[in-house]
Amino acid sequence: MMKKASILMIIGPLFLLGLYFFPLWNIMLGAPQYPEPLGMNIYIDGIKGVSEFDIQNIDGLNHYIGMRTLPKPEDMWEFSTFPWVIGGMVALGVLIGLLGFFEKVSYTWFMGWFVLMSILGVLGMYDFNAWMVDYGTNLDPNAIMKLTNADGTPVSYKPPLFGHVKMLNFDVTSLPSTGAWLMFVGMMMTIIAFFMGKKAWQPKSKTSAVRPIKIKTNDK
Amino acid sequence: MKNLNYIICILFGLGITLNSCNQSQNTNGALSSSAAEKVYVAPGEQDEYYAFLSGGYSGNLTVYGLPSGRMFKEIPVFSQFPTSGYGYSEETKPMLNTSFGFVPWDDLHHPDISQTNGELDGRWIFVNGNNTPRIARVSLSTFETEEIIEVPNSAGNHSSSFITENTEYVVAGTRFSVPVPQRDMPINEYKGNFKGALSFISVAPDNGRLNLEFQVLMPGFNYDLSHPGRGKSHGWFFFSTYNTEEASSLLEVMASQNDKDFIAAVNWKKIEEYVKNGGGTKMPANYAHNVYDEETHTGTSTMIKEVVTVDPTKVPGSLYFLPTPKSPHGCDVDPTGEYIIGSGKLSADITVHSFDKMLAAIEGEKFDGEAYGIPILNFEEVLAGTVKSGGLGPLHTEFDDKGNAYTTFFISSEVVKWKVGTWEVVDRKPTYYSVGHLMIPGGNSRKPFGKYVVAMNKITKDRYLPTGPEMEHSAQIYDISGEKMELIYDFPTHGEPHYAAGCPADLLASNSKKIYRLDENKHKYATIGPDDARVERDGNEVHIYMSTIRSHFTPDNIEGIKVGDKVYFHITNHEQDFDVPHGFTIIGQGTSEILVMPGQTKTSLWEPKKVGVWPFYCTDFCSALHQEMQGYVRVSPANSNIDLSWSLGE
Repeated sequence: MMKKASILMIIGPLFLLGLYFFPLWNIMLGAPQYPEPLGMNIYIDGIKGVSEFDIQNIDGLNHYIGMRTLPKPEDMWEFSTFPWVIGGMVALGVLIGLLGFFEKVSYTWFMGWFVLMSILGVLGMYDFNAWMVDYGTNLDPNAIMKLTNADGTPVSYKPPLFGHVKMLNFDVTSLPSTGAWLMFVGMMMTIIAFFMGKKAWQPKSKTSAVRPIKIKTNDK
Repeated sequence: MKNLNYIICILFGLGITLNSCNQSQNTNGALSSSAAEKVYVAPGEQDEYYAFLSGGYSGNLTVYGLPSGRMFKEIPVFSQFPTSGYGYSEETKPMLNTSFGFVPWDDLHHPDISQTNGELDGRWIFVNGNNTPRIARVSLSTFETEEIIEVPNSAGNHSSSFITENTEYVVAGTRFSVPVPQRDMPINEYKGNFKGALSFISVAPDNGRLNLEFQVLMPGFNYDLSHPGRGKSHGWFFFSTYNTEEASSLLEVMASQNDKDFIAAVNWKKIEEYVKNGGGTKMPANYAHNVYDEETHTGTSTMIKEVVTVDPTKVPGSLYFLPTPKSPHGCDVDPTGEYIIGSGKLSADITVHSFDKMLAAIEGEKFDGEAYGIPILNFEEVLAGTVKSGGLGPLHTEFDDKGNAYTTFFISSEVVKWKVGTWEVVDRKPTYYSVGHLMIPGGNSRKPFGKYVVAMNKITKDRYLPTGPEMEHSAQIYDISGEKMELIYDFPTHGEPHYAAGCPADLLASNSKKIYRLDENKHKYATIGPDDARVERDGNEVHIYMSTIRSHFTPDNIEGIKVGDKVYFHITNHEQDFDVPHGFTIIGQGTSEILVMPGQTKTSLWEPKKVGVWPFYCTDFCSALHQEMQGYVRVSPANSNIDLSWSLGE
């Protein structure tokens, strides 16, 4: 049972490799004059248009409201750091899985990886949201269109982190994309691995004298 | 009084019977839908078919949808078109070059869509210029004219521009015979001296490039219309003739004397082989070949100095005449390639020749003499049948996919449906009025799409709200999916449509280009990045490298221009978004605006005549800030010393 859990723990983090090929997040912008909506796919290493010229066309529209052009990979440290972080987490997860397989570490390490990954994920989302707030509100004071809310405050063009908002003539929808779903599946597998490992552990812990020593080494 | 009541009763009775008769005629059962439903394409929906209607004397080609009859675009071909700047911009002026110089107009008659194995393939559409003989090729991905070749030794390029079933050739026949080569001679020496040239222009399969391979020099008749053999008759081409009398004056009488003229059957494969083996005569000539390159966005004109002519009597078996009554006009070939339909335009009947019988008659040498050394086949030996139409003045025939033919009758103003093979008339419907050509999508191919027929008329009169003496021509759409034709729509066209071509929408819609790629723009004066925008002087020529993006020109302030300069505005549209052109014009512009598509470069030549500060602006409402899309050019006296300078946002 611990072997099966470990195999799951090895496979789970590998799903994060999908982030190198598939977008993490997707933001679509549709409007009456854009029956085929413009869209951007956010990868861990940069932003690409859903169609070839979407980024150029989104930037073209954004210039009216004074928004900066969308960042190129070299414009943000995140795009060079994230691939390393993901790579590191995949390597770490697989290593833990292998050690679990050969019974060098216990199932609690599986949970440890999951918690670390979740923290990194939340930090990533926080960073992503901060970036969108910055782009959506930190606008050129000489913008062509300066729109204000009813209370006189400037309109924010921050896209939603999750879900849909109406922004001027645009319907903006922001949702996790294939890469994020793969990551989610992979992380769920590590959770399952944890519970499987835990289930396998309990009866054995009563019968085996060797195992608790290993827990000690784990806890050090 | 009793009698009166009786009469009223009878009248009422009659009325009821008549009404019920009418009702039973108007409905074909409970499921038949109304005409309005059949042509109604709801907002946001798209049509089933593209229809390309020739514009006749507009010189252009118009694009419509079927069954809605909505016009989508006018494609400039032979005429200057201020809407886009075609024929005005520096890039497109060469497209209208001819051996007569710049000819900014023509009379466009017969569109034909390219085919593979006798079926529409939707790569290109070919059209003819009737007046200054030219053939044009229009791309069906950009819907723009890509190539125009002038046809030498031709006059009234009317039996054109029909293609062979694998688009090997686009064929162009002369309507008016002329001296070949042209020379100073008395008109009344026409007979026996004038020639009719039938031109075979090859189409390169990869890029569509046209090349005049050879011209067959025929007796001096009028070659009116033509169509290719298909299927078993592939390799032959059929031309109707009139004026076999060879009259040069008062043709309406003098050219109507012979009871029969001919359909000329040309075995082009034989002539092609003859030319390939070195046959034919190279004759000095001078004709323009104009090519528009999609990557440089620029047209170039080259004069060609030679043409290969062929005397068909020197190529045995290459040419026969099929006697056809009453000055035939239309010359149409059915989808199987077996029947050649000759419409004697002064006749009530339609003459149908059989290809198999023609081959047998040639084999059996069933000749009735000859004309200028060309064998005339015996009429009875080649005749497949006659359609006793009951109409008058047949002109053109198209076919559906169920073995029916549809012939227009100009004089009796109707479309007559008949069965190919039995020659039995099955239906007739009036047209409004005096119909010329008709079109069924693919109706001139091996694979027609027999759902709608469009009848294009010469006379409009009371069909629409009156617009003074001049009115657009009317066209009617009939549903031909059932046994009887049903008139479902009536719409005005543009110019004078002659022939048309149509195809299913999905053949073209997905290939239709949305933008030109800026990174593929190889225009000599392109401004690829906004940093490349600049102004250069070369003597009195000034070249302005200008770019556009919503919603400004770069640069938009230019100084140092002088009166007498030739100022070339080379505008590159940096948009890479579908349907976002920018226009350009400047005060006093003596040509037209130019409309620049995304990724494209176009050039407008301006010759400032007055000192001052002159504005230019974007002519296409491109964006919310379109009205702000403007700039100024300072024009100084010819002898001033102001340096060139340019800027944006300074």
